[in-house]
Amino acid sequence: METLEQIKSRITHALPGARIEIIPNDSPAGQRSLLVDADHGAAIAQFLRDDPELRLDYCSNATGVDWPEAVVKTKIKKQVIVEGVEKEIEETLETLRSGCLETVYHLYSMAKKHGPVILRLRTENRSDKNHLPSLTPVWRSCEFQEREIFDLYGIVFDGHPDLRRILMWEGFVDHPMRKDYVGPDDYDYEPTPHDDVLEKTKQHQAAEVKA
Amino acid sequence: MLPKDAGDGESLEVAMGPHHPSTHGVFRMDVVLDGERVVKLKPVFGYLHRNHEKIAEGTTYLAAMPYTDRLDYFCSLTNNWAYALAVEKLAGLQVPERAEYIRVITAELTRLQNHACLIGFLAQDMGASGTPLMYAFREREKILDLFEALSGARMMCNYMRFGGCRCDLPDGWLTQAQTVVAEFPRFIDEFENFLTGNEILMSRTQGIGRMSRELAINAGITGPLLRAAGVDYDLRKVDKYGIYDRFQFRVPLGDHGDTFDRYMIRILEMRESVKILEQALPKIPAGPIVDPKTKLRGFRPKAGEAYGRIEAPKGELGFYLISDGGPNPYRYRVRPPSLINLTVLEDICLGQMIADVVVILGSVDIVLGEVDR
Amino acid sequence: MTIEKPKMDEGLRNELQKQGVFTTTLEGIYNWGRQNSVWPLQFGLACCAIEMIAASMARYDLARFGAEVFRPSPRQADLMIVAGTVTKKMAPQVVRLYNQMPEPKYVIAMGACAISGGPFKQGYNVLKGIDRYIPVDVHIPGCPPRPEALLHAFMTLQKKIENQPLTGANRPRHLQADAPSEFPVPKFGVHDLEPPSNPTVWQSPKMVRA
Repeated sequence: METLEQIKSRITHALPGARIEIIPNDSPAGQRSLLVDADHGAAIAQFLRDDPELRLDYCSNATGVDWPEAVVKTKIKKQVIVEGVEKEIEETLETLRSGCLETVYHLYSMAKKHGPVILRLRTENRSDKNHLPSLTPVWRSCEFQEREIFDLYGIVFDGHPDLRRILMWEGFVDHPMRKDYVGPDDYDYEPTPHDDVLEKTKQHQAAEVKA
Repeated sequence: MLPKDAGDGESLEVAMGPHHPSTHGVFRMDVVLDGERVVKLKPVFGYLHRNHEKIAEGTTYLAAMPYTDRLDYFCSLTNNWAYALAVEKLAGLQVPERAEYIRVITAELTRLQNHACLIGFLAQDMGASGTPLMYAFREREKILDLFEALSGARMMCNYMRFGGCRCDLPDGWLTQAQTVVAEFPRFIDEFENFLTGNEILMSRTQGIGRMSRELAINAGITGPLLRAAGVDYDLRKVDKYGIYDRFQFRVPLGDHGDTFDRYMIRILEMRESVKILEQALPKIPAGPIVDPKTKLRGFRPKAGEAYGRIEAPKGELGFYLISDGGPNPYRYRVRPPSLINLTVLEDICLGQMIADVVVILGSVDIVLGEVDR
Repeated sequence: MTIEKPKMDEGLRNELQKQGVFTTTLEGIYNWGRQNSVWPLQFGLACCAIEMIAASMARYDLARFGAEVFRPSPRQADLMIVAGTVTKKMAPQVVRLYNQMPEPKYVIAMGACAISGGPFKQGYNVLKGIDRYIPVDVHIPGCPPRPEALLHAFMTLQKKIENQPLTGANRPRHLQADAPSEFPVPKFGVHDLEPPSNPTVWQSPKMVRA
């Protein structure tokens, strides 16, 4: 299979204006991914599926990821001259990462038996600008998975044929897979609480005493 | 739910499930019928949504292993393997040779009992009440005895570990396994004698619920369903994960993509699994069963992500993990073959009789623990 | 539970039996009949359902206890085996099925999940025990319980039925005209089920902690 760099340059050649970034992966798996912009997401997916070299006809996995606002610490190495001697010191940089919701698609080719090519799309933020293009018209296997992402993460997929809650009931308001989701308070009977559960039980008991 | 032109008094809306004897658990289908023909079918999920992913994200990597048992509760060992494989990719662990053999043996035994029970349930859905299922469960008990001797539990084995397996084979296990495997073809013959040429089975399955190749690929169908539609895609051959490249076996393919082909693929896959087991059991080498570099306590893989997938009995079972360097996964995702195989349920049921919907669903082979997670 | 039963003289009964005359009490024969023909509802929720099926298959053979007739319809069933995790989305349906069963009816909570939520207790969509909404007669722990454990639960239930008096304050629910036979079905709320439990059936046990 072509490298991600080759794929990226071919996409930008075929679809001028598409913004693509290669996301590195430091783990031994080494599965890097392509971050594509939401406006061209559907067109890029179409290109990847129909391109005769790639033929990524099979979207195996579609999933959501929640990235709340966080302070990210990165360590960088710097050459500094201290008392005339060049030294290498480590500096910790703190940057504020803005929050977003992300979808990840794992694409394979059944025709050419290669893969995966990993596609990522990000929303602008986690509250109101949470729209992404649906890839269900390109790969039908995304249909239920995108409904699940909508249900559990609250990403709205434009162009999805039937976007409803899938796992939780209609009328449920939260998106439980988000990192800041607060679950229902049913910690009234915990015979052996520990860790998180102990904290929640204590909170429940405090609320009970107040009431 | 009813189509707009309804109201002539001929369309009937039926909610099959979540309590229905044919839905194999708590699955619901909202079906609109014109007479006995299906004109619309919408699956409804979530009745067994046990928050597997959320719980696993709040606990350590190892503590998520017993939860994987409860995904597809017929095939706990293949679930273990898929998760272990994903974590091994994420952390760069190597699996010793003996553990790889044990994994192949247990996975193929799992496939045998899953397919046998599936055919039993399928025959039950067609009205063969009890007998084929009872034969299948008789064989399943023999395989469960092996699992119990190996791991201490019949169904929830929790046997695999990152970089190997939890414990070594008990004494005499291999001989016992060889006996079970040697007797299994007789059971398949017996099953086929009763079922394959049976007139009722043929008339209830042939030409029913046909799925085209193109639809199957586009909808991400995997496993026996995909191969019944004639697509040659078996991860044991494509990815060659574990040590599957060392064994001689064939990938059976269907021609018509109908319910009968799906039934037949399972029978043939059982025969191929027996072949793999016959090759693997005598060759199992001595040695360690877990990578000595693996840390069970304080296991923190480097930040990054990995997607690992295997050919589970129901299709491609994948685990997608994102690590942020902490003790628990930042994102833990199960790619459930059962859920995605239901994507085309409406397409293959349209125009069929309501009674055939039950049989088609039976041939898709779903387990709700995995559909809803 | 031990109940005083009016007893016949043992010697007289044995003497009559030799002559081919069997004596019993109305209560005895009524409960004997009920305990040996308990028909379970064919109703599986999750993993435990597979062990329930295994218990009814050849090796464990639930038929020995007169309970192999799994009924698909709640209208024909006497026993509900809650086999598996009850999620919040499923709980109203479970209660509704229980309400549809005719009296006398019994419930076995099979497995850790049905008892308390089990391993999935911390899930946002998992009900922490079906006894929050319906009365449970027998609990079997295990994840999943082995088929032998289900058989044991069955025998426990049979003993319970055998010892039920037909009269008096301890008579079973179906013989009390004013006892409830149906329980309110919980509704889907915006975050949780409403109400989170049925206080007439279940009250949170008071925990004393240091």
